Amino acid sequence: MTQDNRIKGGQIDRTKTLRFTFDGHPYTGHPGDTLASALLANGVRLMGRSFKYHRPRGPISAGSEEPNAIVELRTGARQEPNTRATVAELFDGLEANSQNRFPSLKFDLMGINDRLSPFFAAGFYYKTFMWPAAFWEKVYEPIIRRAAGLGSLTRQDDPDEYDKGFLHCDILIIGAGPAGLMAALTAGRAGARVILADEDFRMGGRLNAETLTIGNHSGADWAAETVRTLAQMPNVRLMPRTTVVGAMDHGIYAAVERVSDHLPVPAPGKPRQILWRIYSAHAILAGGATERPIAFENNDRPGIMLAGALRTYANRYAVAVGDRVAVFTNNDDGLRTATDLQAKGIDIAAVIDTRQEGELLSGIRHLKGAQVIDSSGRLGLKSVTIRHANGKTETLSVNALGVSGGWNPNLNIASHHRGRPVWNEAIHAFTPPTDGPKNLIAAGAAAGALSTHAALATGAAQANAALAALGMATHSPDLPRAEDAPVNITPFWYVHEGKGRAWIDQQNDVTVKDVKLAKQENFTSVEHLKRYTTLGMATDQGKTSNITGLAIMAELTGRTIPQTGTTIYRPPYTPVAMGTLAGRSRGHEFKPTRLTPSHKWATEQGAVFVEVGMWLRAQWFPRAGETTWRQSVDREVLQTRASVGICDVTTLGKIDIQGRDAGAFLDKVYANTFSTLPVGKVRYGLMLREDGIVMDDGTTARLGENEWVTTTTTANAVPVFRHMEYVRQCLYPDMDVQLISTTEAWAQFSVAGPNARKLLQKVVDQDISDAAFPYMACANITVCGGLRARLFRISFSGELAYEIAVPTRYGDAMIRELMKAGEEFGAVAYGTESLGVMRVEKGHVAGNELNGQTTALNMGLGKMVSKKKDAIGMVLSQREGLAREDGLRIVGVKPVDPSKPLTAGSHFLDKGAAATAANDGGWLTSVVYSPHLGCSIALGYLKNGHTRIGDRMRAVNLLAKTEVEVEIVSPHFFDPEGERLRG
Amino acid sequence: MIINHPLLGPRDAQEFTYLGDAALIDRPDGLSFPDATAAQDAFHDYLYLRDNPAGEHRELWYHEQGDRSWLVVTRNTVTHEITKVELARDVARARGRSK
Repeated sequence: MTQDNRIKGGQIDRTKTLRFTFDGHPYTGHPGDTLASALLANGVRLMGRSFKYHRPRGPISAGSEEPNAIVELRTGARQEPNTRATVAELFDGLEANSQNRFPSLKFDLMGINDRLSPFFAAGFYYKTFMWPAAFWEKVYEPIIRRAAGLGSLTRQDDPDEYDKGFLHCDILIIGAGPAGLMAALTAGRAGARVILADEDFRMGGRLNAETLTIGNHSGADWAAETVRTLAQMPNVRLMPRTTVVGAMDHGIYAAVERVSDHLPVPAPGKPRQILWRIYSAHAILAGGATERPIAFENNDRPGIMLAGALRTYANRYAVAVGDRVAVFTNNDDGLRTATDLQAKGIDIAAVIDTRQEGELLSGIRHLKGAQVIDSSGRLGLKSVTIRHANGKTETLSVNALGVSGGWNPNLNIASHHRGRPVWNEAIHAFTPPTDGPKNLIAAGAAAGALSTHAALATGAAQANAALAALGMATHSPDLPRAEDAPVNITPFWYVHEGKGRAWIDQQNDVTVKDVKLAKQENFTSVEHLKRYTTLGMATDQGKTSNITGLAIMAELTGRTIPQTGTTIYRPPYTPVAMGTLAGRSRGHEFKPTRLTPSHKWATEQGAVFVEVGMWLRAQWFPRAGETTWRQSVDREVLQTRASVGICDVTTLGKIDIQGRDAGAFLDKVYANTFSTLPVGKVRYGLMLREDGIVMDDGTTARLGENEWVTTTTTANAVPVFRHMEYVRQCLYPDMDVQLISTTEAWAQFSVAGPNARKLLQKVVDQDISDAAFPYMACANITVCGGLRARLFRISFSGELAYEIAVPTRYGDAMIRELMKAGEEFGAVAYGTESLGVMRVEKGHVAGNELNGQTTALNMGLGKMVSKKKDAIGMVLSQREGLAREDGLRIVGVKPVDPSKPLTAGSHFLDKGAAATAANDGGWLTSVVYSPHLGCSIALGYLKNGHTRIGDRMRAVNLLAKTEVEVEIVSPHFFDPEGERLRG
Repeated sequence: MIINHPLLGPRDAQEFTYLGDAALIDRPDGLSFPDATAAQDAFHDYLYLRDNPAGEHRELWYHEQGDRSWLVVTRNTVTHEITKVELARDVARARGRSK
């Protein structure tokens, strides 16, 4: 097809031809085109099917307010549903497809919904699918979703990258029409740091769409010249293709820059889009205005557009949407469409003007007091029926109709902080609220100043207001001469006659009848109207429909529009892709990956890794011939207990605590007492939340009189540090104590097993015999002939064990040195699985037991809570409910039949008791296979557990469908007397 | 939001974590009560009874991605306007807290 509807003029580059397809048909266009303008140039008006009734639809606008021309762009992994053809910049090779139709756009089977429309009125879903309730999820919703879908997802990963960026400025100007350009010029010349953002790829706003002049230039030329001037100012940043989508707090604005949407593939190293966070001292909203339609029967046919959009297509894109055009208007601006199009050589059939008064256009059939009452043309407009002032009807054969019901200021962003728009009787539209975001002011059409002169004047004035507020010198430019036509409008919202449907919200298929129904059912508040009819709840946020809908409701209820009120707008101004919000935070970059100091070495050993928070830790170290993880873990555990094993425990949080009051401080944050701990000793500590629940546990070593180091669990390293700072700063501000997190500063290894001392003595420079370095000792030492290190004789495994810490940069060397020293003992490296097995065998609590619901008493550690001092959580841990003797207690669990595996999460039930919540005795928290005992073992919390040692119960897991007879035992399966660790 | 840190100047709220009502500073002394019931009642009120005003609110924020200061931020919960930012340590001292 050729570009039959292309006319002369416009801001397109005819020297280049772009090829593209729509629903598989090849077409051509030019740089400067949008997909919609190029399709219209090729005579394609039908671009989509409506959401509910599957009505054939074409674009009604030439901008981001478009409700109808919603298409899928591109194919493969870059396929993108629900994009507006009216803002999709054309590029060579673009593949576009219509959506929400089957099998084709021209013949859509779901079009049957249109015939069934009496059943699909507002509230249809609420009324019809109410009963039976169980049907909703299984039957109704899937059917509705299938029928009502818009575009489809590829289900492939997006191959493009999305970035986030930060910008700072004195004045952010939103919109680069006459007001925004003038504001930028004024503020820029005054030396302010200015950001000028516009959603369009060509700055100028309506100036590009009109034939109006500014000074001696066409509006478009003035805009281009002004943009060139601004581009040379180093203090002005121009951001085309950038939509400011939301006003956040304190002058922060969110903006989406479409860096590469207009390219087939992003340039190397460039993102597809950037989500900008713009910090501004002041902001000027110069977002222009959006034209609103007038509702009449069958007003949704392709070819019926906003009058201003017809002008945009003709003046900017050099496209005649039709060769015989009528205009339906209630205001003077609509008349411009008739004169502009006629000047382009397009046949104007008539201007149907709802107003009785006013002057007649010359040379154009201008019908006063007339209305359009119907239209025809199944897939595109063929004719409109009009009723003259004298009551007679006439059918005009036209293939395009421009409709103008007036202009609504684009105040959306100004009401993002709940400010209520203010009705302006002069222009019959809402203007920005007076209680909008702080330091945001509006200029130009967005402020209700609808003439070009007013836009220029308010742009300059508001820039000066912002400059003055910033304490900067103002700058008053000579305003170029421009039209200053008054807004002559007589409100007219919908044509009252006709039995058919007159659309208000074309994207959600809301009609005048639906508003009447809402009124009839007393949903007369605007918030109810919106939710009952879904008016304005589509992806366009009702930019072309909200005001019309509520104006009709006002009329129906006999109230004024201000009395009826208006809904407010929420971010984003236009839809934002999820990928843009995610930015780089996706896949494995969703969060940082932290590697332990022995990671490289562990990788060389073929370790299997597991994510622990942000850390990657070695889970086990498979050896040749081992085919299951259990074989590796059993070997690691048995060899550690038989000789010696080494594990990287760097991930445990480490906090250095120094100062004269460090001991007193630890007495506050831990339930047990630390101030009595001698220098050179380590003590286990239990940290409570203020509500008495256990928050964390770990060991604290006193390396010197005022030098302490605390360890936390891996998961709680950050929260515990935060909590300690809270206690230090907010509760005990005069304690002489300083904290610093040293988790990353030290590489720490556990060396455990009967040969641990022999192994370590080979690398430690000092004597670590039992006499010199007894159980729970700690010291600053040196290793390998002088490297500073820390040594702690502590044990999580129940073995004779040490933890040795060296500065992190020596961690890799240390693990290699330890393993070399351990060769003669057959030392093994062990991972988190073996760590878990050994701690369960020993009966030590860990994350599964410290689950944020359990107390020291539950853990069998009730005596650790000192009542002699005022530690965090002490008082409330003694509450009746938490201190009850018959509450949950930690127990060990063994299957009666050693061959039966246990399942974590199973619940304890007495023999013969039904598996109901009332009979629940508690649950299994941690389950491991103990190679030492040759069976599955577990820790668990059991009601009255300490009195039930030796009892037999059932461990029932209704989800895993398992039931095992178990024996309740002491949680200390291994070396209960602790002889080995003191060895 | 932007929090005007008393030591570091304006910082983005993303750098902070939020705790809640600054009344948490007024922690009772657990050993100062005649009996356990009185102590538990006082701590119950301290921990669980918080004002939740639509309007001016004094809150604790922690500059976790910064200098680790705990701050008392006076913020309007309706408009998010921040009218005062103080070091929690100074507030605690002013309210009689010491060691």
